[in-house]
Amino acid sequence: MKEEIVIAGFGGQGVLSMGKILAYAGLMNDLEVTWMPAYGPEQRGGTANVTVILSDAPISSPVLDQYDTAVILNQQSLDKFESKVKPGGTLIYDPYGIHHAPTRTDIKIVPVDAMDAALKMNNTKTYNMILLGALLKQRPIVPTEAVIKGLRKTLPERHHHLIPLNEEAIKAGMALC
Amino acid sequence: MEQEEIKLMKGNEAIAHAAIRAGFDGYFGYPITPQSEVLETLEDLMPWETTGMVVLQAESEVAAINMVYGGAASGKAVMTSSSSPGVSLKQEGISYIAAAELPALIVNVMRGGPGLGTIQPSQADYFQATKGGGHGDYRLIVLSPATVQEMADFVGMGMDLSFKYRVPAMILADGVVGQMMEKVVLPPVRPRRTEAQIAEQCPWAATGKDGRKHRNVVTSLEMEPDKMEKNNLRLQERYHEIENNEVRFQEYFTDDAEYLIVAFGSIARICLKAIEEARAQGIKIGLLRPITLWPFPTKEIERLGKQVKGILTVELNAGQMIEDVRLAVGKDMPVYHFGRMGGIVPNPNEVIDALKKHFKI
Repeated sequence: MKEEIVIAGFGGQGVLSMGKILAYAGLMNDLEVTWMPAYGPEQRGGTANVTVILSDAPISSPVLDQYDTAVILNQQSLDKFESKVKPGGTLIYDPYGIHHAPTRTDIKIVPVDAMDAALKMNNTKTYNMILLGALLKQRPIVPTEAVIKGLRKTLPERHHHLIPLNEEAIKAGMALC
Repeated sequence: MEQEEIKLMKGNEAIAHAAIRAGFDGYFGYPITPQSEVLETLEDLMPWETTGMVVLQAESEVAAINMVYGGAASGKAVMTSSSSPGVSLKQEGISYIAAAELPALIVNVMRGGPGLGTIQPSQADYFQATKGGGHGDYRLIVLSPATVQEMADFVGMGMDLSFKYRVPAMILADGVVGQMMEKVVLPPVRPRRTEAQIAEQCPWAATGKDGRKHRNVVTSLEMEPDKMEKNNLRLQERYHEIENNEVRFQEYFTDDAEYLIVAFGSIARICLKAIEEARAQGIKIGLLRPITLWPFPTKEIERLGKQVKGILTVELNAGQMIEDVRLAVGKDMPVYHFGRMGGIVPNPNEVIDALKKHFKI
């Protein structure tokens, strides 16, 4: 099993932390993981992206230009990454703020109204977890329990009361697609 | 055991954790992207409250390397870290440390140059690190990590090699391996050496006269050319010993290889993925990854040069290590270079394209 994922959007949307939680979930599930951020000036107010690889075998390159799955949070990232999804791969995107929807027919395209769902939950900070839920529904690479275990491991104790909210957001995301 | 727990962290963070565990006495640094997490993590971990290790943000890179010089002169295990422009600033101090025959660890998480350049990954400081970036005839032991695990492991290894030969060691990393997160098992905890142990292990150190007849003077200055030549000869002899004993490298798929890639650091991993894909297309290609850039695995490349039809070096620079590869195999072997510069990291497909272009396959 090997899943090569890119998550891309604006800085501040939780792109890097979503990737981090996914990577931790992989760690909890005894997988090999790499998490490689675009750490350039682009992340400061511009676009941010992270490449996450989960695999049951050692991972060679942490840098890729073809992905099994892309999670896209804004138009610039869609323009950049749509062509980089492998044929037969999956592109998950939030139509919020998207003017030109993806057009490829050789990949599975999954729109997820994550921003709407986050607003309905009265907490826009759950946005990235809703998308993570959608990702895990489409690509069940790690069980939700591993994600929760990962959260428990990464979040400082004082934030542990937020774990149920995150779990709720992941489930809401799963229900959206 | 606690130290066997698998963690997920950035390469820069791994260096900080490993420094405390290796028993370093002091870290002196100054922030610069993409290595700032080394200093940040050390400040976060507050080792001065546990092991007693000093962590200090100096007023500049020049101050930091001179603090390292002072600490090393007293026999302490000391280190600094920076990125390319900052490491250029440190070169005078590094030359002095090398001349004074002191152990020290310097970490360079390279970014795109020349000049202030970019903050993205690069390997353009290969010449500076392996040919002596400062003035005079000196060498550093240069270790090239490709994984977060090696970032952690090379800290203790660098310290041990540096103390063994009294030659400064450098971890020459790049922005990819500094910024990426992957699994790491942190090295076992070694206590810092006591003052008595330092005095015993480092009879050359300026630890106080303490009953000895002579004073230990640590200096790089020698006004007599005859004596300075002797100092140089002693250094050269030691470098020769290091070249004989400390070459480290890793080979992948070389058994039946008809072509060879030579690449170091994180780019070697990108090449490995390219090789996996090229082999699936029936191209018999292998990889040699130098782990020590100095001493360079010259003999191993010479040996493989007798087996293959051509060699490609892949580097994040305009072609620097390729010179050492050419020296190893001689002028009859075709040796090509593929590289990106200024902070651009090539993807595996670009490496495959370069292979096909140069070897006409």
